[in-house]
Amino acid sequence: MNFVAPDIDYAGLSPVIALTASVCIVLMSAVIGPLRRTAPGLTLVALATTAGLLIWQWGEPTDLVSGALRIDDLAIAISLVVLLMAGACVSLSIREPAAEQVGSGEYHALLLGSVLGMVLLAQAQNLVSFFVAIETLSIPLYILCAGNLRREKSLESGLKYLIVGSLGSATLLYGMAFLYGGSGSTDFAGIATGIGKEGLVGDPLVLVGIALVAVGLAFKTSIAPFHQWTPDVYEGAPTPVTAFMAVATKAAAFAVFVRFFEVALLPQVDEWQPALAVLAAASIVIGNVGALGQDSLKRMLGYSGVAQAGYILGGLVVASEAGVSALVFYLAGYATMNLAAFAVVVARERETPFGDDIRAVRGLGQERPLLAWPLTISMLALAGLPATVGFIGKLYLIEALVAGDYTWLAVFIAVGTMISLAYYLRVVAAMWMRPGGEAAPAAPAIAGASPEADPVDPDAGRRPYLAIPALLAAAATVFFGILPQPLVEFAEKAGAALF
Amino acid sequence: MTNSLLWTPLAFGLIGLLLPARLTGWWATLGTAVTVVLAVVLLAGFDSGAAGLQDTVEAEWIPGLGVDYSLGVDGLNVFLLLLTAVLWLGGTAFAAFREQERPHLFFLMMLLGETATLGAFLAQDLLLFVLFFDLMLVPFYFLFGAWGTDRPDGPTASAATLKMIVYTLVGSLLMLVAAIATAIIAADGGTITFSIAELAQDPIGEGSQRWIFWFFAAAFLVKMPAFLLHGWMPDAYRAAPLPVLAIFSGVLAKVGAYGFLRVVLPVFPDATVEFQEVVLVIALASILYGSVMAFTQTNVRLIAGYSSIAQLGFITAGIFALRADGADGAILQMVNHGLVVAPLLIIVAVLAERSGSEDLREMGGMATRAPVLAALFLIVTLATLAMPGSANFIGEFYILNGLFQAKIVFAFVAIVGVAMSAYYALRLYQRTMHNRPAPQQNKGIVSRELGWRDGIVLVPLVACILGLALYPQLVLKRTDRSVQERIEAVHGPPPGDLVKR
Repeated sequence: MNFVAPDIDYAGLSPVIALTASVCIVLMSAVIGPLRRTAPGLTLVALATTAGLLIWQWGEPTDLVSGALRIDDLAIAISLVVLLMAGACVSLSIREPAAEQVGSGEYHALLLGSVLGMVLLAQAQNLVSFFVAIETLSIPLYILCAGNLRREKSLESGLKYLIVGSLGSATLLYGMAFLYGGSGSTDFAGIATGIGKEGLVGDPLVLVGIALVAVGLAFKTSIAPFHQWTPDVYEGAPTPVTAFMAVATKAAAFAVFVRFFEVALLPQVDEWQPALAVLAAASIVIGNVGALGQDSLKRMLGYSGVAQAGYILGGLVVASEAGVSALVFYLAGYATMNLAAFAVVVARERETPFGDDIRAVRGLGQERPLLAWPLTISMLALAGLPATVGFIGKLYLIEALVAGDYTWLAVFIAVGTMISLAYYLRVVAAMWMRPGGEAAPAAPAIAGASPEADPVDPDAGRRPYLAIPALLAAAATVFFGILPQPLVEFAEKAGAALF
Repeated sequence: MTNSLLWTPLAFGLIGLLLPARLTGWWATLGTAVTVVLAVVLLAGFDSGAAGLQDTVEAEWIPGLGVDYSLGVDGLNVFLLLLTAVLWLGGTAFAAFREQERPHLFFLMMLLGETATLGAFLAQDLLLFVLFFDLMLVPFYFLFGAWGTDRPDGPTASAATLKMIVYTLVGSLLMLVAAIATAIIAADGGTITFSIAELAQDPIGEGSQRWIFWFFAAAFLVKMPAFLLHGWMPDAYRAAPLPVLAIFSGVLAKVGAYGFLRVVLPVFPDATVEFQEVVLVIALASILYGSVMAFTQTNVRLIAGYSSIAQLGFITAGIFALRADGADGAILQMVNHGLVVAPLLIIVAVLAERSGSEDLREMGGMATRAPVLAALFLIVTLATLAMPGSANFIGEFYILNGLFQAKIVFAFVAIVGVAMSAYYALRLYQRTMHNRPAPQQNKGIVSRELGWRDGIVLVPLVACILGLALYPQLVLKRTDRSVQERIEAVHGPPPGDLVKR
């Protein structure tokens, strides 16, 4: 009896190994007295190491763990976006009440656990690793959302996310069962050949499976009409967590969305394309209309995230290399735009009594230009105005859509953008223009507000750990709006990974 | 050369952020003055006999998406560039003489606006054009919204501005989709290019042209604005700070008309011919509606605003006569209208500062107290109503001549507009300058005469009007060649040729 040791590609697995180890280390740091304050630092080191390992693997696509994972440029690109957001989240979490209430070590370990799930998800090409990864990323997030233990809304947010997220996962799993039943394989490539070989293209069983998987993923990427949880959860969760969730979850879920639909379900492309296009259009309309009239900046960004998910889904709908590249480009741009906005929201939450209400940024242009500029740039970029990465991102998506014969969806993006101006520019107007009409209340109404709504740090806007991420993200938003070619090349490599 | 013209204003604006607040205005004025010098040098080096573009700049910008950074000068834009530079100098200087709140931001936005507008005129890549076209709005959003006036009985400045932005961006966003669609259809699976010249060489199929034409037309007609798409204009005009409005009204409206000549005629020739009459009807409706509204309004800004609608209607009609003389006249008229409306609004600003009102009913009797101001105003008025001897007369003559030979019925309607412009222009002049002074003004204010500060701004602008009146050939000679190329792109060489080359 001889035992053949399986060949393990440690190089390819190194990012995952590094993250897994660091989850343990950071968690341990919480119980070792002298290391208690080192969790943020350790987390940053872990994220940087992982990023380095990922970049090391750039350009060398390999299958790992007998095909359950695949590390290619798409996975790496998405993972880098996730790591960037996680790093920013660590910085924004300094002096965050939630981090102190949960315990710094636990908070950061949970964050790293979620990152681990996302990195795995971006690489998953097997139904089992797909599902395990999506749960690994979700469960720590449920806890983090409820991290602000003394605020009812935070607990509500965590519970709501748990219930809706579980529903989404269940739907997803149900759909997977159908697809496995039809094709007899859990492997993405195997599903594609299985469906073709069994002559199941267009078979109701498989179609139901596809629909259920799409719905499950739509929950995770907050695509309408499966978005109802988004504004509530975004509003209630601690703001640094919201910032992380808004971009990183979306990025990772879109990575597997793309891989699953464009590898496993490619034979069925004619069936799912129109359906996803309709979802994208619905998302654009519902998200943009929902964001109108929101006074809470986090809710507004939540609805805007629904609309942006609709734009991003457009890149998936066309099922082309250009489409995937546009999707990756937009996600990378989305990270910088959102980060600039959330960093400012965090700062204002801590220094004013208004929380994340739009009143918190009123007159910011005069009071704190260094905070007002990042938020202004972010709003203009999300609205897709030129000289920002948002414009180039939309250009990229529209180009892919028109080339893929989905011009009508491109027109939806244009119309959605037009609606979105009303709420993005409202924030800009609040910062730079006279309030007009609604006079600022002399004594802020804090009725019903919890202690966290009170200013905890009147100088938060000057803290480098908040101002620097905001300024860097805003600078990147403008830089890639003027010189987008490096980011375009990065996205093209990622897009080429699947085709 | 083109590059330095384009980026000088923005460079000055950014450096201005580092200067102390009281210097920023003068620094910005210096920047716009340098830009004027560059524009004049560009014009001096312009070869009116050469075909195609001159002083071109070509560089890859986003090769992954087929977008190039390509600029160029020809007869269509050379005078519009100069007009932009001159009006910006006037507006900036006027603003620099006055205290501005938050001067750093104000002048940065002014100069960013200039760069964006120059970019829209210079761009020879369709996508670059769309980019600058949209970018123009951003600084004006800030300028109108943050330095504008809230009306007690109307929307606040920021609300009025938001309306303007939404209106104009609807058009521009559809134009973005349309521009991309044009390039992709034209590429037909090959390499994508957005170069206007290359797209014009081999126009896309007629069916695609039809819908793409309207996406572009919507953007341009909103910007002008044309009748039915002008809903943003009254509120925005009443809210805007006057020196900014002078520039906005003088230059930005022209970008729309220019877009027709630069993009629509050569790239969508079949659709242009097909929809010629529809656009002409819109143009004539703008002329009639704008004129009628102009002589019923009492707010001086709105008189300027509605008269702009009428004038832009004339310009559109000239372009869509689809004849060289009509389009020649349109370009001349774009320059003329810019030169007329900007001093008009600056005079309004001067009057409003003195009388505290922008309402015709509360003005009057200014001519006896401020004879120099009145004289300048008279020249502007006479140019507005296209008095024979003014360059506006030549412009309107060319437009009508083109229209007569193309579509005679439309020409007759347009002539009504000429008559009406005399009415509203003279009414404006009489009510402000002559007439009996309004009772609330007799409060013993010593002098209402034009001060030297306003004179420095106004006199050169009026001098430009006079200069152009004496020698309109300056413009016509240089534009004609490019215009011919545009018209020939639509339907072969024209039978008659009015301009001697």
